[in-house]
Parts: sequence; C-alpha cells; structure tokens
Amino acid sequence: MLAESLFFSAVLFVIGVVGVLTRRNAIIIFMCVELMLNAVNLSFVAFAQVYGVAGQVFVFFVMTVAAAEAAVGLAIIIALFRHRHTVNLEQINLLKG
Amino acid sequence: MMLLQSVQEAATQGSATGTAMDWLWLVPMLPLLGFVLNGAISLLSATTLGPADPSAAGHGHRDDGHTAHGHDHEHPEPHKLAWLTSIIGSGVLIASFGVAVAVFMAYRSSGAADTAPIVQTYFTWMLTGDLSINASLMIDQLSLVMVLVVTGVGALIHVFSVGYMREDPGYPRYFAYLNLFVFFMLVLVLGANYPVLFVGWEGVGLCSYLLIGFWFSDKANADAGKKAFIVNRIGDFGFLIAMFLLFANLGSLDFTVLRTAAAGLEPGGVLVTAICLFLFLGCTGKSAQIPLYVWLPDAMAGPTPVSALIHAATMVTAGVYLIARSSFLFSIAPFASLTVVVVGALTAIFAATIGLKQWDIKKVLAYSTISQLGYMFVGVGVGAYAAGVFHLVTHAFFKALLFLGSGSVIYAMHRAYHATHSHEDAQDMRNMGGLRTQMPWTFALMWVATLAIAGVPAFSGFFSKDEILTSVFVRARGSTLADATWFGVPGNVVLYACYALGLAAALLTAIYMTRMMLYTFHGPSRTGEKERPHLAEAPWVMTGPLVVLGVLSAIGGWLNLPAFVPVQPTTSLEHWLEPVVGKSALRVTHGAPQEISHSLEYALVGAAVLIAAIGIWIAFNRLKPETLVPKAQAKPEEGFQRVLEHKYFVDEAYDKVIVRPTFVTSRNLLWRGIDVGLIDGLMVNGSAWTARALGWLGSTLQSGQVGTYAWVLVLGVLAVLGAVTLR
Repeated sequence: MLAESLFFSAVLFVIGVVGVLTRRNAIIIFMCVELMLNAVNLSFVAFAQVYGVAGQVFVFFVMTVAAAEAAVGLAIIIALFRHRHTVNLEQINLLKG
Repeated sequence: MMLLQSVQEAATQGSATGTAMDWLWLVPMLPLLGFVLNGAISLLSATTLGPADPSAAGHGHRDDGHTAHGHDHEHPEPHKLAWLTSIIGSGVLIASFGVAVAVFMAYRSSGAADTAPIVQTYFTWMLTGDLSINASLMIDQLSLVMVLVVTGVGALIHVFSVGYMREDPGYPRYFAYLNLFVFFMLVLVLGANYPVLFVGWEGVGLCSYLLIGFWFSDKANADAGKKAFIVNRIGDFGFLIAMFLLFANLGSLDFTVLRTAAAGLEPGGVLVTAICLFLFLGCTGKSAQIPLYVWLPDAMAGPTPVSALIHAATMVTAGVYLIARSSFLFSIAPFASLTVVVVGALTAIFAATIGLKQWDIKKVLAYSTISQLGYMFVGVGVGAYAAGVFHLVTHAFFKALLFLGSGSVIYAMHRAYHATHSHEDAQDMRNMGGLRTQMPWTFALMWVATLAIAGVPAFSGFFSKDEILTSVFVRARGSTLADATWFGVPGNVVLYACYALGLAAALLTAIYMTRMMLYTFHGPSRTGEKERPHLAEAPWVMTGPLVVLGVLSAIGGWLNLPAFVPVQPTTSLEHWLEPVVGKSALRVTHGAPQEISHSLEYALVGAAVLIAAIGIWIAFNRLKPETLVPKAQAKPEEGFQRVLEHKYFVDEAYDKVIVRPTFVTSRNLLWRGIDVGLIDGLMVNGSAWTARALGWLGSTLQSGQVGTYAWVLVLGVLAVLGAVTLR
C-alpha cells in the first residue's frame, strides 16, 4: 500500500514539475505548483500510516500554507494582468541584470 | 626644557660639572632659535604685510639672475621687519660664537684636554636591538676648531649679509635659512656619533638647497638647487653604506667606541677599505670632488654671502672634517687613503685649469674652492690630518674674504647698473676693470686673500698649503702609503706624482687668482661711461667683516707655524689636534714622527715659493687687462681655451652619459612602460576590467525569465540529489 501511494505521489509530483518547466501561463504554473504540494501531502499521509500521526499534522500545515499562497499568488497574478494584459511569463521579464 | 633637564643629567653623570662646557648645547641651539624667530617673522609677514616675498611678488629678475638686488623694473620696499631680523639673525651667531669661545677656554683650562673627549648625552634617539644611538654632542680638540671656524666666520658673514641682502623682500626668509644652516653645521661638527653627524650632514645639504634656490622664481636658480641636492644624494648613499658596514661589523656608531674597536679591524683589509671608500664617496659629494664636483659651480646661483659661508668656508669642508674625524679608519686603509690623495690631487689641478678661463668672478672662486678642497683631501689622505684641518681653517678665512669681496664688487656693479637701468652682467669680469680707484678697501683686502691663496710667504695660505705639500713629499719617502700599491702602481710613485700635481695646481692657483684681480681691479674700467660715477665702496657693515677676515687671512698661519721658522710657538694647531688624530697620523708614518733634514725642507718651501712667484709673474706679464673688451663685444674662444671656458664639457658629458639616458629610460621604460603600461594598465585597469567582465557574466544569468530559473532550480536539485545518492 505504501509503495503504491508513494509511486502515485511521485507521478503527481513529476507531472507538477514538468508543468512548471514547460508551460508559460502563470495560472497553469500556479496550478502545477499546487499539484506538487498535493503530491507531497499524499506521501505525508502514506508515511503517517507507518510512522505515526506527525505526517497528518504536516498535511494540515501544508494545506493552510497552500491556501494562503493561493490567495496571495492569485492576487499577484490579477495585479500583474491589470498592468501587462498578459499572464505569459516569457513577457514578464523586467527584473533582470 | 627637555634639553635643560638633560643637561643637568649630563652634568650629574660627572662630565665636567659647573664649567662653560655645560653650556655647549647653547652653541647649536642659538642659531636654531634664530631660525625659529626669523622663520616666524617671514611667515607672519607673508600673511599680514602682503606679498613681500619674491615667491609671491613675481618680481622682475635680471637676466643673469645671480645678483642680490635683482629687481630692475620695480623698486621693492625693504622688508618692514628687516631691522628685527638683522638683530636676531646676526645676534644669535655672535652669541653662539661667544659661547663657543667660552667652551673653548673652559676645555683648554680643564685637565680633560689631554684625555678623553667630553661627550654630553641629551636623550636616547634610537634604541632597537643592539643598536643604541644617543643624541649626544662631543667636545674634543677637532670639533672645537670646527665650531670656532663655523661660528666665527659664520658671524662675520651674517653681518655682511645685513648689508648685502638689505633690500631683498625675502630678507627674513634668508636669515632663517642661514641660521638653520649654522645650526645643522654645528650639529655636524659636534655630533658624538655618525648618525648625529649625518643629521647635520643632511641638514646642511637641505639648507644649501634652500639657499642656492633662494631666488627660486628664476628657473635656473631652482635647477641649480636641485642639482646640488641630487648630486649630494649620490654621496650620501655612500655615507649610509659605510655606517651600515660599521655597525654590522663593529657594533657601534659612537666615535669614542669606534676608536678603540677599530683596532680589531685587519689593517688594509677589505672591510676597512670598503668602509673608507664609501665614506669618501660621501665626501666627494659634500666636498665637491671628482666626480661629484659639478654641483658647486652651479651653486653660485645663490646669494654671494651664501657662497662664502656654505660653498666655500664651512659646509664643503665637511668631507675633510669627516675624514679627519674617521682618521682611525683611514690610517689603517692605505688603499683608500691613496684614493683620497689621488682624487684630491686630480681635483686640485683639474679645477684650477678650469678656473683659468672663467669670466664670472664667482665661478673663478667656485673652481678655486674645488681646487683648494682637493688640497685638503691630499692632506688628510696622506695622513697629515692636522695639515688638512689647518688648510681648512686658513681657507675658511681667505676664501670667505674672497667671496665676500666679490660680493662687495657685485653689489657695487649692480648698484651702478641699477642706477643707469642697464642690463649688463654684474658678475662678468669683462665688464669690470679699474675698480681699485672706486673700491680701495675691497681692492686691498682681496689682494691679501689672493696672496694668501697663492701661497706667498707669511700669509696664511702659504703655511697650510706648504705643510700639505711637504707632508706628501715626506710620506712618499716612507710610510704605510708608500709601501702599499694603488692599482698596481707603487704608493711612493703615486705620492710623488700627486706632489707634482699639487705644485702644478699651486702654479695655476697663483695665475688664475692674479688674473681675477687684474681683470677686476686693474687696467682701464670697462663698466661704461654712464655707470662709472655710480661705482662706490659698499657700506661699512659689509666692509667691516672684510677687514676682520683680511687680518685673519694675513696672520692665520700663526695658528700652525712650521717647525723651521724662528718664531715661537710652532706647530700649535698640530699639537692641539694631537689627542684626536695624533695616533692615526703616527700609524701612517710607521709609528715615528717623520724627520726631514732642514736642507730638504728649505728646498721644498723654496720650490713652493718659487712656484707662487712664477705664477703671479706669468699672470702680470701675459695677461693684458687693457686689451679686454666688455662681455657684450667679446669674441668666442677657440681651441683648448674654449674647452676650458666650457669646463671640459663635463656637464655636457654627464648630461649625455648619465642624465639623458636616465631621463629617457625613466620616461620610456619606467614611466610609460612600467608605470603607465604595467601598473596602471595591467594591474589597476586590468583588475577593474576583470571585475567588470565577471559582473557582466553574472548579470547575464539573471535573465528575468522565470522558466529558466525553474530549470536551473530543478537541475540543481537533481544534481544535489544525484550527488547525495551516488556518493
């Protein structure tokens, strides 16, 4: 059971990473990041069955942080869109050396 | 205050308590006080009285730029505080001379005179490792002679300066420098160890530089000052090396310690020879000997009293003093001593030939000084230290007189040209002539000095020069020098040759000095019709010191009459100096005073007198002041005379061989190559360029593309994970 859960978590995580690396739309990248967080959550829960409840506690923390991050992140993306009329990250590159 | 305490300490240390010798520190300190006060006046007046100094006023100098009152077009006011400066400036010197005389008397009457010198230590100057150097002054017979000459002749020249420099706007500055010079000169001759002596040595060099370039708004004068300073630096290098060698091998730099420690050195060994040769290199710089004499003729750019004080009577004799002071070293280094003799003799004859064709009255005297310094070195070189110092003293008298007399002449000439707004050269003898009627005092006194320097019997120079020449001849017949070889030549051959050179130089001396007198004072006046009525004797403040020096020049020989004259006392100076240099002198002559038969001595004296007489006779017969034309109409010389007039082109040769190559190398290799190219280019700008390149590289990493960052992040994490798992 643990192995399958971890395998599933790994697949989810890799999907998230590939999404972050390949996509250009900020919203989609944001969703991919959420996917990675949830993959981690899944492995926490799976480990919790073997090593005790600490993993489940961590999951709550992660969900809380993810919620806050979603609020802030989406607000930033909206503000960005209002300025630049795009959420394509290739065109948002002002901060460079 | 500190000094007072130290003096008390020195007194409690038991060195002759309660005598005038405790006031020795006053001798150098009084001139220093004068320097401080006059310097303060000079600085204050620069701020409160407006631009009184020539540096600020941009005054109009004469073309020659040599004369004291070089302000033709404007008439600068004499300095407002000149009276105060006169009192301070010459007052401290006279006071210092008084203290020196008191110290001399106390030393003579104290029983200490025959034993060890008296050292007064004021404070520890340097204490590091084995090296301990005290700021201490020493009284012994040699330093007392020097102190009396420096303060005595110095005081006379200060008084003369009061008249000569009166109208110069830089009057307080002049006296400040002059006082400072005397202070350093006294430190030089009173110092109880080589480093203190060296402080004085460098200090007088500094003052010489400041005073040569006194009218520094004229570039030629400033250049002459620089030349003197730089050429002296070469000699100082030798002095320093000698001090290092002494300390490294003998462990001390105190004269009293070294005198006994020198006994441990191998006589004639490499070490003592090297030390002496390096010391002598220092002397060639300071005392203007071949090859470093070139600065002294240029030093005539300074005011004439400066030439008299620094560049004739005192500072340039420092090298002679140094060798006499280091006699315990030179007497066991025959090769080095022979070098001193040869260089001295060559310098004497070389400078004398140049003196034959100079037209500038001060240039004649400058080359004469170089030549006479050569004599002194011959004297101290052959181990006749007392004779060298004796000639130093008499030379101080008659050369100071000659320079001050020429100053008097220049003063008169300049006033005449000034009155008629003429732009002729006030120092060129072709513009003078016939001055004996207008300036009888200067005329008579300068003849006294001329007879003295030419070696006419009964005048001071006769005795001192004769004693040196006799010493050379005697040493050639038997001494450690005669036994040694000099570059393969037997020492006695070298000494006989130097004796011949000395006689030849004496002949030339008589000729060029008589020539100078003939052209300046005899014959018809070439000054010009308009100027002639304005020529007159200088004021008494200037002529007075001349009279005193004239008396000294005439009777100075009594200080050390040779043994064969019927008058007593004889050889008093030699006897007086015996505790200092007697042992060293004996060592040169195989431990026994040299006896020569009276017939030989009379023959030697006769030869010298004959030479002087022939020289004067030649000058009177061959030189015709009547045929001379003023400078402006003079034709250029030809042949060897031209070579002489241009001083053998030594300056030009030095310029081509040393100055130019150094200059070109410095500019092209050191400046443009190493400084601009390597240091500025490669090092400074190179490191800046490297930093900028690295920065550019770093800045391109920050592209602003979040995707790229994400890739780098993921790849980095993978790399770390890979590294951790695969390890």
